Amino acid sequence: MSKEWPLWEVFVRAKNGLSHRHVGSVHAADAKMAIEAARDTYTRRMEGISLWVVPSASITASDPGEAEALFAPAADKVYRHPTFYTIPEHIKNI
Amino acid sequence: MAEENVLFHHALRLGDDALILGQRLSKWCGHAPMLEIDLALANIALDLLGQGTLFLGLAGEIEGRGRDADALAFHRDVLDFRNCLLVEQPNGDFAQTMARQFLFSNWHELLMREIAAAPDARLSAIGQKAVKEITYHARFASEWVVRLGDGTEESRTRMIAGLEWMWRFVDELFDAKDGAPSLRAEWDARIARPLREAGLELPKPRRGILGGRVGHHSEHLGHLLCEMQFLPRTYPGAVW
Repeated sequence: MSKEWPLWEVFVRAKNGLSHRHVGSVHAADAKMAIEAARDTYTRRMEGISLWVVPSASITASDPGEAEALFAPAADKVYRHPTFYTIPEHIKNI
Repeated sequence: MAEENVLFHHALRLGDDALILGQRLSKWCGHAPMLEIDLALANIALDLLGQGTLFLGLAGEIEGRGRDADALAFHRDVLDFRNCLLVEQPNGDFAQTMARQFLFSNWHELLMREIAAAPDARLSAIGQKAVKEITYHARFASEWVVRLGDGTEESRTRMIAGLEWMWRFVDELFDAKDGAPSLRAEWDARIARPLREAGLELPKPRRGILGGRVGHHSEHLGHLLCEMQFLPRTYPGAVW
């Protein structure tokens, strides 16, 4: 057994209707313990009503080295923002 | 008057159990095997200190002699404490701490469910709040009994030793005079499940040690109180 327990990513749902948001991580030997550790670490001040834990090892992350190729091309595509378009005067609601 | 007196002692016992175990667990703060467990133990300790404050506050109110929760916690001597012997037992290693928590919280939860339905509205209000907290304590400790009992040879040996240490102090919880004898059967069934899952056997029956409820404490409680009461006794009236 390795000395360190595996890492789990923690997601908290603040209230009904909102999505779970990533808040941090905990060490735990199994999923049950991870939920408890997450409860004790991240919901002590009434931050949430639901928890998810996911083994950090199951997360595939984008490569920071590829950030240019992945994200830079979006920089000059302002027309993808709704604010790029002027709304005609006579349109009341959109 | 007699009834008030009974209620006072009842609230005092409940308050002392929670206060002393809360103080015991606080000792782990900064020393637990991992940050996550450190927080978990500190959370449980804080739950218990909160319950202790409420019960002792109520005891002071019933007594009507102007003693509040702080006065009862910090200005009584060891002979006047009414907690059960189990909660004052030393932390030992993590397994011993979990053994104590496992035996106590499973009893505490059953007891608090009864208190929550008590005719006295003040007692029942505290009981209802406490039940939710203790349900988690019992779950946390029960899972650790399984994890350690069914873990490595080392963890198993330590868990068995922890249970052996604490087992002498179980009978007091169900003592006919100041305990809750009616809860024994349900408690036995509750603790049997995790023990079975962990592949652990019940410690061998041995003569239970009583006395906490009448102020006959082990040597451990005096040391605990020494630390806990030092500041308010040295600097009376000190505030943050």
